[in-house]
Parts: sequence; C-alpha cells; structure tokens
Amino acid sequence: MPTNALRQAASEPPSDGTATDLFSKFDALIETREQLLSTGLTDPFNLVMEEVISPTVAICNGRKTILLGTYNYMGMTFDPDVIAAGKKALDEFGSGTTGSRVLNGTYVGHKAVEEALKDFYAMDHAMVFSTGYQANLGIISTIAGKDDYVILDIDSHASIYDGCALGNAQIVPFRHNDVEALEKRLGRLPEGTGKLVVLEGVYSMLGDVAPLKEMVAVSKAHGAMVLVDEAHSMGFIGEHGRGVAEAQGVIDDVDFIIGTFSKSVGTVGGFCVSNHPKFEILRLVCRPYVFTASLPPSVVATAATSIRKLMHGSNRRAHLWENSKRLHAGLKALGFKLGTEEPQAAIIAVIMPDLERGAAMWEALLHEGLYVNLARPPATPANMTLLRCSLCAEHSAEQVGEILGMFEAAGRKTGVIG
Amino acid sequence: MTDRAETDARVKVLIEPFNKKGVDVTDATRFAQDLEWDSLTVLDFVANIEDEFDIIITMNQQAEIETVGQLVDAVGKLKG
Repeated sequence: MPTNALRQAASEPPSDGTATDLFSKFDALIETREQLLSTGLTDPFNLVMEEVISPTVAICNGRKTILLGTYNYMGMTFDPDVIAAGKKALDEFGSGTTGSRVLNGTYVGHKAVEEALKDFYAMDHAMVFSTGYQANLGIISTIAGKDDYVILDIDSHASIYDGCALGNAQIVPFRHNDVEALEKRLGRLPEGTGKLVVLEGVYSMLGDVAPLKEMVAVSKAHGAMVLVDEAHSMGFIGEHGRGVAEAQGVIDDVDFIIGTFSKSVGTVGGFCVSNHPKFEILRLVCRPYVFTASLPPSVVATAATSIRKLMHGSNRRAHLWENSKRLHAGLKALGFKLGTEEPQAAIIAVIMPDLERGAAMWEALLHEGLYVNLARPPATPANMTLLRCSLCAEHSAEQVGEILGMFEAAGRKTGVIG
Repeated sequence: MTDRAETDARVKVLIEPFNKKGVDVTDATRFAQDLEWDSLTVLDFVANIEDEFDIIITMNQQAEIETVGQLVDAVGKLKG
C-alpha cells in the first residue's frame, strides 16, 4: 500500500496558543470506525481466538469456527515433528536469545534454519530476520543507496514501501503487473545507475500471480537486479515449492528472494536467499538485521523442521490446489465476484460492493461459523473491500463444502448475492 | 505559446479525467486538498504524465509537489 506521494499541506496550527493534538490526524478514521461499530456490528479487527483446535478450526466468541483467513497454507502449525522440535529447543536453549544475531543472538538453531533454507531454495546464502516485514525493510533499504533506483509494483506490500522509506533511493512505481509500464520506466532511467526491481510472486490482496517470466527478462535486459517477495507462494507454488519464480522458470535470474516463516512455514520470522557472492556482508550493514533481537530458539527449531518437511510436501500441495479450485468454482457459481478469473494461488478474494455490506457479510459469516479476512482501503487496491479467503492443505473436502454453504447463507442474508 | 504554457495545457488535459468535482484548475490548485485525490488516483495520474512527457517523476520528487503549478514546473525541468 502506497502512502499519498504528492505533498499535502499541513493543517493550520491553532492560533490561541493551545497545543496541537498529534492525534487529530486520525479523526476521520476514528469517525468511520465509530459509525461502522455504532450499527452494532462485531469489530472485524478485534477478533480473539479463544482456543485453537487445529490449523483449520478455532473457538471464537465461544463458537466453533472454520478458519479461512489464516496464512497457514500448508497446515504446519500443529505438525507433531514441528511441535516436538520446538519443545526440545525450548528445554535445551531457553525461551529467548536476548541479543542481536551479530552479538550473542546466533545459536546453532539459527545456523540450522539458514542451512534448511539454502537446501530448500538450492541457493548459496540465506539470512534470517526476526520477521518477514523486517526482511523487506532491511534488504531494500540497505542495498538500494541514494543514487540508485527502486522500481516497484504499485500494489506492493507495506513492508516493501516501508523498506523504500527507510532507505534513500529514488522510488519509481509502475502499474500493477504491467510489463510494458515496467519496461518503459526502466528505459527512461539514466544509463549506468543501480537499479533494483521489486516484485511479488503472489499479490496477497487479490491472490493474483505476477508475470515474472516477462518481468524478470525485461529487468535483466535493462541491467537491473531483481528481488521477488515469495511470501504467499512458498511451499505451495512451483515444483519444489520455491514459488512463482520457480513455477515460471526464472528463479535462476532472480537475485534475491524474500520470504517469511509466518505463512506456509507456520511460525514467525523472515528471510532472504541469494546467490550473490558478496551477500554475507549484509549481516554487518543491514540495520533491521543488526539492531533487533534474534528469533527465540524454539521458533528457529520449528521453522527448520517445517521447511525440511515442506521439501516433501507434494501431496499437500496437490490437495491445497484442489481446495483452491473447488472453492473458487463454487463461489463463482453462487454469483460472487472474485479477484481473479481463475484460481492462481491459495488466496481467493471475494469482492464486496462496499465497506458496509462487506462488514455485514463478514459478521454473517462469523455467525455461520466461518472466519475470513476483511480487507479494506488503504490496504486494498482500487479502494476495494474484500473478504479474503486463504485455504489450507488441511481443509478437508467436507469443510470446503461447509464453507460454500456458509457463503451462500450469509450472501443471501446480507443481499450480497441474489 | 511558450514552452511552459504548452506543458501547462497538456498537464491540464491529463487532469480532467480525474477532476471528478469539476474544480476550476489553476497553478494554485492543490492535488490533495482541492482535487481531493487519494494515493491511487495520484499514482494513475502520475503514470499518465510520465507517459505523455516520456519522463520519470520519482516518489521522492512527487513529495515536493503540492500544486498544479509546481507539477508543471517539475515536468518542464525533467523533460529538459
């Protein structure tokens, strides 16, 4: 999500000598929120999971709820081997490292998870951050300097924009997934300058996939380095689960892959993998890597175990694709408007007519016993309100059937479908 | 027509499709406050300006532009 790039004039300071309330800038948002909640609606951004029964079922407001809005794509959070590895590390290495990776915060587990990533991606280097957000923040802000250009898709994730804001490179956005727009902008940049093209494999709001084959080729032809964020494709897309770049046959031309442990891997953390010969120097110069505590030993142990299991996840991948295709076709047949014509990932975005009906539909689904993500501007493209469904390899065929029934009931109740 | 006047005319043609409120556009018109454009409108509009003049206005440069007059001046400089 981009912030408004063109400059906005500051509001008038009060002339009577009273202090300006720094919170007054949030007044419009506070008002929208109060209006929405005054209708008696459950707050969609304040849900609490009281119990989590499995990767696909939790208790919310005392009610058994099917989870269709997590990023637990491969269902690894309750894998017995993953849990056992975490417990063992907790016993043997304690609850936390209390230190930076470059000081006292690198344990054998941190090296082991980096080895697992190198094996998973078949790449020479892997660097683990404390979150995926920090991985983008750190890599982009560090490698693109003042006179370099970062060329990015307009619909890039907030962590990519924040990485740009933290650094001081020149930022050039181009229209979403538009190869020609990217090529035109690359062609207009001064010759001989450093260029980093930042793309995502799967865009998480609409669940659409980037034309990486064409985009990577165009970027390379203009002498740019390419970074691809594969947060929403790891473990699921591509023959080895390496992501969209693998599926489209261009992974060898991608300079940096950014990923996260908080989706298919099932815990928390972020990483960058690369074959760049000088990659390791980043450990000394990347501030979001250096100036924060490293992940707890139990977290890196669960991540390493999960990543190694994902290497052999082809059956789970096949089942997840089946779920995605069936839900997409079912919702389309019910008359819902979807973010993509065909299912492209494990995310299916249902486009709502407006925020009010989106919030009402979200609540009706929750009452039916289904949790999905309500996504609203500014996180969404083109001011859309979306109900985002993300599937899990652990959703059974029966659950997908139940989910479709719930969508039909809630859709008719709220008038979103006829 | 001076070079600036010509640039100004071309910029105003590109503003029109996004001028939903029918604001009378002058050099002093502000994009955020007067035209009430949100971030996505700005990005679409800037892409059109870039293609029209075959230039790039980086987000860093956009941060210095508040009014239509400032944009016309910036475009004049960038197209050299």
